[in-house]
Amino acid sequence: MKKLNTLLAQKENLLSIYFTCGYPELGDTTHVISALEKSGVDFIEVGLPYSDPLADGPTIQDSSQKALENGINLDIVFEQLMTIKATNKTPLVLMGYLNQMLKYGEEKFCQKVIDCGIETLIIPDLPMVEFENHYQALFDKYGLTNVFLITPNTSEERIRKIDNYTKTFIYVVASSSITGAKGAISKQQMDYFKRVKAMQLKSKLIIGFGISDKPTFTTACDFADGAIIGSAFIKHLGSHGVENIDTFISPIKA
Amino acid sequence: MKSKFQPDENGYFGQYGGAFIPELLYPNVKELADNYIQIIESEAFQTEYKSLLKDYVGRPTPLYLAKRLSEKYGAHIYLKREDLNHTGAHKVNNTVGQILIAKKLGKTKIIAETGAGQHGVATATVCALMGLECTVFMGEKDIVRQAPNVARMKMLGAKVVPATSGSKTLKDATNEAIRYWIQNPATFYLIGSVVGPHPHPDMVARLQAVISEEMKWQLKEKTGKENPDTIIACVGGGSNAAGAFYHYMEDEAVELIAVEAAGLGVNSGESAATSQLGEVGIIHGSKTILMQDEYGQIQEPYSISAGLDYPGVGPLHAHLYETKRAKFMNATDKEALAAAYELTKIEGIIPALETAHALAVLPKIKFKKDQVVVINLSGRGDKDLEIFIKHLEE
Repeated sequence: MKKLNTLLAQKENLLSIYFTCGYPELGDTTHVISALEKSGVDFIEVGLPYSDPLADGPTIQDSSQKALENGINLDIVFEQLMTIKATNKTPLVLMGYLNQMLKYGEEKFCQKVIDCGIETLIIPDLPMVEFENHYQALFDKYGLTNVFLITPNTSEERIRKIDNYTKTFIYVVASSSITGAKGAISKQQMDYFKRVKAMQLKSKLIIGFGISDKPTFTTACDFADGAIIGSAFIKHLGSHGVENIDTFISPIKA
Repeated sequence: MKSKFQPDENGYFGQYGGAFIPELLYPNVKELADNYIQIIESEAFQTEYKSLLKDYVGRPTPLYLAKRLSEKYGAHIYLKREDLNHTGAHKVNNTVGQILIAKKLGKTKIIAETGAGQHGVATATVCALMGLECTVFMGEKDIVRQAPNVARMKMLGAKVVPATSGSKTLKDATNEAIRYWIQNPATFYLIGSVVGPHPHPDMVARLQAVISEEMKWQLKEKTGKENPDTIIACVGGGSNAAGAFYHYMEDEAVELIAVEAAGLGVNSGESAATSQLGEVGIIHGSKTILMQDEYGQIQEPYSISAGLDYPGVGPLHAHLYETKRAKFMNATDKEALAAAYELTKIEGIIPALETAHALAVLPKIKFKKDQVVVINLSGRGDKDLEIFIKHLEE
């Protein structure tokens, strides 16, 4: 697997796709990753299905519910990821909720993540104060990096602090919202992207939440190093299946 | 009052609490955390809060010596009559306080979650009083089983939004309220129990503390002593228990009993007895004791009582449980129904199903002679009549 930081340093307009493990079928985790890699996605956000995903909209909630009904759990996810560790070259980022890590055992969780070749975590309900007081030391011990989210309401002071803690990229949440496609990017959102860009942060910026297609992806890339598409992809996956992933990706890459 | 039962600067009661929230909510929660104590302790707030509690809510609520109940169980049993509050439960103590905080912070749109509908009604009521827009999230299952409260909320002008995910109960209503809050950060989330991210648990406990504040002088008047021997309250999230325990937590001589809903039985797989079935976890932004599977997926609880049908418990209660400051007991659906019938028959008071769980532990306790017991009669049973009638035959 390529290093995410090498990729971030070398390439612009990075396309990242979020998907839910174990969806639409239990065994699809690896199929989705392979198909995404083949269609030229730059890095992949691997979503751990959670029963109560507070930061996710209906599409990802439904996919998580379906995946849990399919019988997915953390042990199965780690097993699945191990089977493609040798062949997959596309950097993976793991996204889950803090309680999943807490219950699994924090140390055991971190070790398994590293074993799977993953070095980056996105935990939307991990607040900065908890990171400072506890998780920073834990992640450092395992060589894991944490991705912080910023939103239109995050103060400049706080963004600068986050910039200092960031070792990979800052996840720029496109609007004050939960995940889910919302159509075009508004003037207000663009002003916010401009404001963040003008801060000349040391970290790379990846925009997510509300990025759904070629136009929104292109706009996001005007202000950041790339963007993440989640719900729109899950919708496509749900209705067109794993075998048609490329019909979603190629128009965006074109 | 700094003590081991007050939260630290990050909102922890011992190892429980904190604010595990997405960054999207950070500015809102911070604004509240920075201001709530100052607002609550201000003279302007206290004057308006106390005046509304007195003239609008009808406080102080009586502390009633239930003679026939006392005779039956061989103790001096007092009922703290929160059921006599306007809107029929203790919930309004909190909503009156929070609506004043919301106004002080300049918020005009209010959202809330509700289980049994009592908090929803209490929120819709204060929103009507203050002329503020109100949206209440309620599980689809609870909308059916607590229909009278849904009608009341609508009449009060609130929009009731069904939560259709998960178990379609209080947990899911809270999820939906938090999601809405994330998308509409200018709204004020008027949370109904001592749950959620800091400072919500502490704020709600402080606003419910009026219950034990009154108990102190009322007991002094009636028994000559401020302290009872025992206080019993039901616990879902735990707001009425927090209020009834609040001013007694420091005094270890007062026994505190929290009663959880055992549903069909603690080990039946259909239960909401969180302290017995849960482990450390994070729910609704707070670290607490939580019913979950081995992978941290939150489990769906069960109780006949919509207000106790919750897989977590407030972080203060998790701390009271862990430190053994409070004794945790539980009562099944059946025991609660029997207790509700008993109180109705011998005292002429129809309690809420939630409250009935607190009454249901009376037969399980061996009382000493002259033991002074206060049961927090958190709500009245009007909303539960349909369920009571259904079980009348049994």
